[in-house]
Parts: sequence; structure tokens; C-alpha cells
Amino acid sequence: MKRKLVSGLLCAATLTMLLVGCGQKKEENGVYYLNFKPEVTDVWKEIAEVYTEETGVPMKVETAAGGNYESTLKSEIAKKDAPTLFQINGPIGYESWKDYCADITDADFTKALTDESLAITGEDGKVYGVPYTVEGYGIIYNDEIMQKYFATSGAVVKSVDEIDGFDTLKAVVEDMQSKKEELGIKGVFASTSLLPGEEWRWQTHLANLPIEAEYVDKGVNDLDEIEFTYSENFQNIFDLYLNNSTTDPKMLGSKGVNDSMAEFALGQCAMVQNGNWAWGQISEVDGNVVTAENIKFMPIYCGLEDEENQGLCIGTENYFAINSQVSEESQKASIDFVNWLITSDTGKDYMVNKLGNIAPFTTFEDDEKPTDPLAVSMLESMDSGKASIPWIFQTFPSQTFKDNFGAALLEYAQGTVDWSEVENVVVEQWKIEKEAIK
Amino acid sequence: MQKNLNKYFPILVLPTLVAFLLAFVIPFFMGIYLSFCEFSTVTNAEWVGIENYISAFSNKDFINSLIFTVKFAVVAVITVNVFAFLLALLLTKGIKGTNIFRTVFFMPNLIGGIVLGYIWQSIINGVLANYGITMLMDEKYGFWGLVILMNWQLIGYIMIIYIAGLQNIPQDVLEAASIDGATKLQTLIKVKLPMVMSSITICLFLTITNSFKMFDQNLALTAGGPANKTTMMALDIYNTFYGKVGFEGVGQAKAVIFFLIVAFIGISQVAYSRRKEVEG
Repeated sequence: MKRKLVSGLLCAATLTMLLVGCGQKKEENGVYYLNFKPEVTDVWKEIAEVYTEETGVPMKVETAAGGNYESTLKSEIAKKDAPTLFQINGPIGYESWKDYCADITDADFTKALTDESLAITGEDGKVYGVPYTVEGYGIIYNDEIMQKYFATSGAVVKSVDEIDGFDTLKAVVEDMQSKKEELGIKGVFASTSLLPGEEWRWQTHLANLPIEAEYVDKGVNDLDEIEFTYSENFQNIFDLYLNNSTTDPKMLGSKGVNDSMAEFALGQCAMVQNGNWAWGQISEVDGNVVTAENIKFMPIYCGLEDEENQGLCIGTENYFAINSQVSEESQKASIDFVNWLITSDTGKDYMVNKLGNIAPFTTFEDDEKPTDPLAVSMLESMDSGKASIPWIFQTFPSQTFKDNFGAALLEYAQGTVDWSEVENVVVEQWKIEKEAIK
Repeated sequence: MQKNLNKYFPILVLPTLVAFLLAFVIPFFMGIYLSFCEFSTVTNAEWVGIENYISAFSNKDFINSLIFTVKFAVVAVITVNVFAFLLALLLTKGIKGTNIFRTVFFMPNLIGGIVLGYIWQSIINGVLANYGITMLMDEKYGFWGLVILMNWQLIGYIMIIYIAGLQNIPQDVLEAASIDGATKLQTLIKVKLPMVMSSITICLFLTITNSFKMFDQNLALTAGGPANKTTMMALDIYNTFYGKVGFEGVGQAKAVIFFLIVAFIGISQVAYSRRKEVEG
């Protein structure tokens, strides 16, 4: 009898656990943001708490692991308790999430954009995505090593300002490489990281330059088929990276972005191509020898026309979108939250100082800008009157295109294929993947 | 006892049944349905018919991954089973420290595939660095890397099954063989192997299905590099699903095809080796 009772109890316990597990209560009409950047997870958690405290609106933030945003979003958004606020990465992202993007044309934060053309608009001309930060990338250099080089005898130029085109850059870099012992570095450029999944600095960021130039020539914003007209320019700079590096090109298949940034932070190289988000990464490396005042940006010169006026590549791939499939109240709550983030003092403080965002909204005064050295260098470049190159890589057809492009670059670096094969991959894969979207 | 079991059977089985339904049966049928749909999440599916299947078969990446997977499976199944069986023979001989060795060989099986993948990536790249290259230089490095990794991970597990099989061979059969003057090799081939046939069935099944389904080790070790030449089927499905906008349905269709292939091979293998089994 006793045994029966025990087993009966156990069964009941199991059942209750199952039922409890299934029926967890969900937050009604609150804000649920699915965060894209793992490096600011804690900041977002804090923002959620502060927001709930100030306004009483429940808010929840989850963060997708690096590189897994799309897959996390796919599973999260199908749940009953779906994200009300999420992020799309540009027109292609909008294409894949358009069933879930609410019309936010009339939201206050959309109207507060410094430049309305930054927003993502659908075919109907309505706004569906609003950028919350502007980022920039170029060649980051360590000024201390550069100064050391300028002091050597026979230096090609005497200051960084004199480097204003690919030819000068190439001459300087090659001269520096030949004096690497004297300068105390292993190579001029950090490793060209080509480990699968770590090639985005080349197949996405660097590729932005030649393809943007092609768009400009043809007077378009997007193309179904590209010719890769400026392929030679890509090869120019890519060869320069490969041949004047800390690492033998055959070994690049084992290098990730972290390796490159660590080499830069430890002073083993003088230059690395990356964006303003890299400061955090550099300063956190153990044994970092690069000080804040010595870290600066220069544009990526690859021999395009009118280079002396070329600036950094400035743009964004971070757009807020509101989930149109959740309740009206939740949608409104999410809009209110973004408004709070860009207008209230607390919200603005988090945006600028904790998240380090250069926010493209009129509600931010001139002095409300992040103060980390790369952001400062980037803002200087934007103010200097040089022509920034917009980010157009959001129009690249798909992740598969980028992966295949990156794989071809690796094979080129290892010497297993020649450049014409890389060109073929780019042109063909672009066409195939663009067709696939339609 | 039997009566009690029968009486409580429905209640005892219920939690597992519910979990099985929720986590397996329902997603399985949903998956089949979704392979005929265009969708971005499971809730906004739109019926498109067999379009996804046509697109899956006209994709050469999929065919390439299928060929690579088959090659890998053949090599991995043979090596894993041979090594595991040899180890099992060695560790049933009653050498000193048998238990320690068994534990040691079993251990790698307890480490997750992703972790093993990254560990082996550093080991292999470390070795190849002496020759100034990395694993991504040529597909053959990735291929043998995967084989080594698979062996490392699975041998211990398969070995345990073979040990159990070998220990179950009745002593009198072996004695009879030795009285009849059978040599060691004859005993092994004519007596021991037929007696462990049921273990061989299960081991072959496990290694074949595991080789076909391998995903995380593949993702961590080579991520398909160089240029998708070491992409196995599961990774190709993943890449299709998440790497291309609007290709979720095609990924799903590939997954269904993948299921059919693995199920077919698995079932026919079991049916075939069952016939070879001897009643113990």
C-alpha cells in the first residue's frame, strides 16, 4: 500500500512538473528586445531594469550568441512570447523578415533621424527599419610605430598625412616591412584572418569598396549581376595585406579576428583593418601596449579614383525593427521604449557612454558622442570634409555568397588558385544568390 | 509484479510519451509538412508543393556533400569498428589495469563534439604548422582530420559494446574449440566473431548513422573549408537553412531526403546483419 502511494505521488509530481514547465506565465504587453551584440549583453540587461524602474513597463532582453542572430531570431519569433523589438541588418535582412516588420513611418524616433534616407524603406515607401548607430572602418594604425618609422633614415614619408593614396601606402608599407627588425614588429599588417567564419573583414568590409565604386559608376544602389570592375583594386590591397604581414599566407587558414587584434594590441604589427568597435577588443587584451592616444584610423586606399579625398567607410548594419505580429500594445510599448532611449537623459547616457553608439538622431547634441579613441578618430574623419564611403554590403546577396567568397580568398592566399578564380566565384555566386532571393 | 506493471503501465509511460510526442513526433511531421512550404519561421508557412525538392536536387553543393559523406562514412565505419574490436579483444584478456584503460578509452565520448572539434583543430593545425600549412590547405587534411576525430570519439563507446559481447560468449564453447585444437585465429574467426554478431549489428548501426549525421565536429573542425569541399550533409542542410534568404524550405526538403537516406541505409544494414546472427 505504501509503495503504491509513493509511486502515485511520484507520477503526480512528474505530471505537475511537465505542466508547470509548459505553462510558464508570459510577460503581457511588455517590451522584449533580442540583442545582436554579445559584447554589450550586460549593458542591455541594465537598461531593461532601469527602464522598468522608471516607467513601470516590463522589459526583457535576450542576447543571441555571436553569429547566431538569424537562427536565434527564427526560433524566438515563432514563440508565443516573441521579441517585440529586434534587429535587421539592412535591405536583405528586411527582405527575409518583411512579414514581421511593422510600419514605423510615423514613430517619433523615425522622424528624429538626422537623415531619413538612412532608414530602410519597403517597396511601398514606408519605413520598416531605423538605424540606431553609425559605425566606421578603415585601417587602424599604431601611431607610436609609425613615428618610429618616420624617424628612420630614408623613410618614404615623414607623416601619416602624406599617405593619401594606394601608391604611397604601398611604398610606405613595403619599406616598413623591410625595416621590421628596426621597428620591433613582426610585420606591418596583422594576420589576414581567413579561418572560416572569420573572413568578414575581407569578403564583406573590404569588398564594400570596389563594389561601391561599381555601383557609383553605374548609378545604381544594387545590382542583380556584377562585373566586379574594380577587382584589381581589391587584389592590390589584399596582396599588400598578405605580403607584408606578421603571418605567412599559407598559415592564414588558422587565424581568427581575435588573433589579428591581439597582434595589434601587443605591438607586433603597425596596422590592422577593422572598425571603431575594435577599441574594446584591443584595450582588453592582456599585455596591451597600444595607448589610447596612439590609435588612429586611416582610409583603406586601394587605388580607386580621387583617393586623396577618400574617407573611412561609414554606415550601419544595425536597424531596429518592431515585430508586427505581436499585440498593438506591445508594439506601442516598443516604440515608446526606443523613443525613451533617444530622448530621455538616462536613455541617451546609455546609448552614448555605455553602448558607445554614435546615434544618428537629432535628439543628440554635438557633445553627446562616445569618447573612445577610434570613435573620436572616426568623427574627425567625418568632419574633415573627406568623402566617406557608404556601406553597401547590406546589398550583398547572402551569407552563402560571403562564405564562398571568403573560401576563395583563402585558397588564393594559400596559392592553390589564382586571382581569376576568385573573380569568377564573386561574379557567379553573386548572380546565383541574387536570383535565389527573388 | 507483472500484474502491477501492467496496471501502472499507462501512468508510468505517460511522461515519456508526452515528451516524445512534443519533442520528436510533432516536430518530425511538422518538418515533413514544412519541406513542401516556403517559410521564414514555422508559423508563417505557405504551401509551394515539390518546388523545394527540385531545387535541392539541382544544387551541386548537396550532391557534393552527399558524396563526401559517403566516402567519410565508409572509412570511418571500418576504422572505428576494427580499432574498437581490437581494443575490446585486448581488454578482455585480463591484463593488469584493464579497468583504467577501459575508462580512459571511453572518456573522449563524454566530451561534446564542438569541443573535440576545436581541440583537434589546434592539434592538427599545430602539427601541420611544422610544414608551413594549415588544415584548410587541401581537403584531404580535413577528411583525415574528421576520420581521426570520429575514431577518437567513438572507439571507446563501441569498444564497451564489443567487450560486453565478448564477455557473453559462453566459456564452454571456447573450451570445446581449444580441445578440438583450434588455433587462436581460428577461434577468433570461427567462434568469437559469429558469437558477437549481435554486437556487430548494433555497432555498425551506431557508427553508420553517427557518421552520416555528424554535424558539430564538422562545423568546429573545418566548417566545410576549403571552399565547401569538406561539408557533410548535415552541415550543408544547416548552411542552406540559415545561409540563404528564402531557402528555409529547401533546407527542410534536404533534411527530409537526408532522413530517408540514413533510415534506408540503417534499416537495410540491420536487416542484413541480423540474418548473420547466431542464437547465443
